[in-house]
Amino acid sequence: MEFKLKIWRQKNARTKGSFQTYPLKDVSPEMSFLEMLDYLNKQLIEQGQEPVTFEHDCREGICGSCGLFINGRPHGPQRNTTTCELHMREFRDGETIVIEPWRSKAFPVIKDLVVDRSSFERIMQAGGFVNVNVGCAPESNSNPIGKLIADKVFDAAACIGCGACVAACKNSSAMLYAAAKIAQYAMIPQGKVEAKERVDTMVKQMDAEGFGFCSNTYACEFDCPKGISTDFIALMNREFFSSKLCSQRHG
Amino acid sequence: MQKLDSKIPDGPLAEKWSHYKANLRLVNPANKKKIDVIIVGTGLAGAGAASALGELGYNVKVFCFQDSPRRAHSVAAQGGINAAKNYKNDNDSIYRLFHDMIKGGDYRAREANVYRAAEVSNDVIDHFTAMGVPFARDYGGSLDTRSFGGVQVSRTFYAKGQTGQQCLLGTYSSLNRQIAKGTVKMFPRRDMLDVVIVDGKARGIITRNLLTGELERHAAHAVVLATGGYGTVFYLSTLGLGSNASAAWSAYRKGAFFANPSFIQIHPTSIPVLNDYQCKLTLMSESLRNDGRVWVPKEKGDKRHPNEITEEERDYYLERRYPAFGNLVPRDVASRAAKERCDAGYGVGDTGLSVYLDFKDAINKQGEKAIRDKYGNLFEMYEKITGINPYTQPMRIYPAGHYTMGGLWVDYNLMTTIPGLYAIGESNFSDHGANRLGASSLMQCSGDGYFILPNTISDYLADDIRTGKIPTEQPAFEEAEKQVADRIQRIMSVGGKETASSFHKRLGKIMWDHCGMRRDAEGLKKGMELLRQLEEEFWTNICVPGNDKDLNQELEKALKVADFFEVGLLMCEDALQREESCGAHFREEHQTETGEARRDDANFAFVGVWEYAGAEERPRLHKEALNYEYVEVKERSYK
Repeated sequence: MEFKLKIWRQKNARTKGSFQTYPLKDVSPEMSFLEMLDYLNKQLIEQGQEPVTFEHDCREGICGSCGLFINGRPHGPQRNTTTCELHMREFRDGETIVIEPWRSKAFPVIKDLVVDRSSFERIMQAGGFVNVNVGCAPESNSNPIGKLIADKVFDAAACIGCGACVAACKNSSAMLYAAAKIAQYAMIPQGKVEAKERVDTMVKQMDAEGFGFCSNTYACEFDCPKGISTDFIALMNREFFSSKLCSQRHG
Repeated sequence: MQKLDSKIPDGPLAEKWSHYKANLRLVNPANKKKIDVIIVGTGLAGAGAASALGELGYNVKVFCFQDSPRRAHSVAAQGGINAAKNYKNDNDSIYRLFHDMIKGGDYRAREANVYRAAEVSNDVIDHFTAMGVPFARDYGGSLDTRSFGGVQVSRTFYAKGQTGQQCLLGTYSSLNRQIAKGTVKMFPRRDMLDVVIVDGKARGIITRNLLTGELERHAAHAVVLATGGYGTVFYLSTLGLGSNASAAWSAYRKGAFFANPSFIQIHPTSIPVLNDYQCKLTLMSESLRNDGRVWVPKEKGDKRHPNEITEEERDYYLERRYPAFGNLVPRDVASRAAKERCDAGYGVGDTGLSVYLDFKDAINKQGEKAIRDKYGNLFEMYEKITGINPYTQPMRIYPAGHYTMGGLWVDYNLMTTIPGLYAIGESNFSDHGANRLGASSLMQCSGDGYFILPNTISDYLADDIRTGKIPTEQPAFEEAEKQVADRIQRIMSVGGKETASSFHKRLGKIMWDHCGMRRDAEGLKKGMELLRQLEEEFWTNICVPGNDKDLNQELEKALKVADFFEVGLLMCEDALQREESCGAHFREEHQTETGEARRDDANFAFVGVWEYAGAEERPRLHKEALNYEYVEVKERSYK
């Protein structure tokens, strides 16, 4: 197969970037998308040019490092798939493929296709945990949780923190990301104790980072590589309003 | 010559840890604030230790190379985490878990360490549950378990095929909690390039800020390495591409001994190589062998579609060779059996280097939905990578480099031979002997990080309450930083033609061919010769574009590959000295008439511990004898 790649190149956060076009021949349909970029980079290096910088690690769709905006879609055309799991057999021979970094004010570009997602870290640090010290845990089966709820909790917890939801959203909203964590804890007894405070601090941090609001287009759910449901956003909103109505916060 | 003191406490096995722990010295809460601890790595071990030490009140600095601690490679562990809860009433116990691990490790692990790992396993599960980790549950709401290879009880807790992810995210949440409280300071996007020794003690590290290229000095009263294994020495492995040996290796070069480097697990069920540009092999969890049956055609070179091959024409070779454990034999046994069939010409696929893992019977018996519930994400992953639907035709699998049982030598306190330098999780050697049983990796990492290290390290730090801040403006730091800077300059200035990945791939092939699943003296010697040649070529022809004061992924790779030549050489040395077959280490010269591993307990019941002797010298071998007081050392049979 052969492709024309239009790739966003940007030296660093201070300089302006632009698209560069690279023709690429002899691509195997068995290659993953990132292996195709490895192949391009090998040629660029051998020609004395700077390779394209992109993030990746596990290459099996679970670490959340990779995330490219491919032909206008986060992680490309295949649903429920991360960039590293995407294979070239999903593209047409001869196609032009446009590759960009995530575009969001809260995710500034660091270099080429690498963005700074530390805003996501700060949302989690604002309350994405249960306050329990090592050594305080009761026996695991002392708090039974029905299978149906446990399965739903798992679905929320499956988020890999890649940022596709933000990249997909026209408002750059991080609601799905925050909601998945808030919902995971709101549905289980371990998390309920602090549920009201948690939703409050995490939503506040999300706003402070410059993420936008939700306008119910469901693009985030559609493009989430783990298929996380926007139902969790509804759950988060309910938690948020109830925290405002009957605050249990101290002070 | 330094004498190895494992510091194993006296007393009955089941009481060693509790007695020892009760007598360890403490640091009082006011003094903890005056003590700094550095932790490198944010997987289950590192992030667990950081949260636990943060909760205790130490000043903790944590480093990872990823943009977020949540991406450490523990995230990719699939199948589960063991604990001796006995929830299935199948007569499980701490002793049985301990015994399974000792036997699974082919009697090459320390009894006391393994018993302790089993002992804290139940606390680990309780802690994860309390943090909200969504383990699978049954309809009554209790935690569910499943079976894993090498054991006859059901003690593996799981969260679909994403147990590592869920455990790591739980640990990440506890880390975030401490970051928010200010007890832990997080330094992402840093590569640790050297450990700094002041007056014989580990007192800091040199890191490279991966965004700016700046070299940084960080000081502390103790340094904990939780940097994982070195399985990427094979280039193609199930590990993340960033996984590397460099942090542990810098410690080895500074005097930390390295134990059993040749003990490296080849996982039996990975998706086979599909193209020449592949740089990663994706694992299919061992849990699949609960319901999947492994087979090859009875006819050599049978190229028919698997669904056309009838039952009578199939050789379910694991069930045939190992009737007692069948498809659930341990990983080393399953891997070698697959290689044996493929080498004999029965392998399937274009390359003949794969075998079938078939779910037809399980789907017929339990229904597609039951199988989807258990393994849905793994089946999807398989289909995305291969384009083949495993619900309608068998998966193709082949062994791949996976986990390193070997690692930095540590004593019972998890301290290396350098005072104040600790190694936890996969980066140490202590709990898995010559072969790791499935689902005991998450268990050991979490146990080390949350429950063991926080106790043992206080005993060491109790001497440092009057030390005060360790200054970074001192000769040891200057010298270490200069060495790192020189090494970077040396690599940048070669100006050759070949990329780091290309060298890594060639290196991996040498290791796979000469120090892989089956080894012999001649091959190992040949491998060492080839490694030396390749290393020489590397230093004259490596190409690193760009500059070092910038985000430069090629430089990061080149620095890691440069260390892997030395790792590979030490692995070969170790494999060569070990004139026996045990666990994952299989020497052609030492096998039974039926092709099973032949152990030599009279001469090799020891840990092979290596001391660095300089770049030009051969490393020195020390031996830590393994004494078995509570387990009868037997031939390991799964028949």
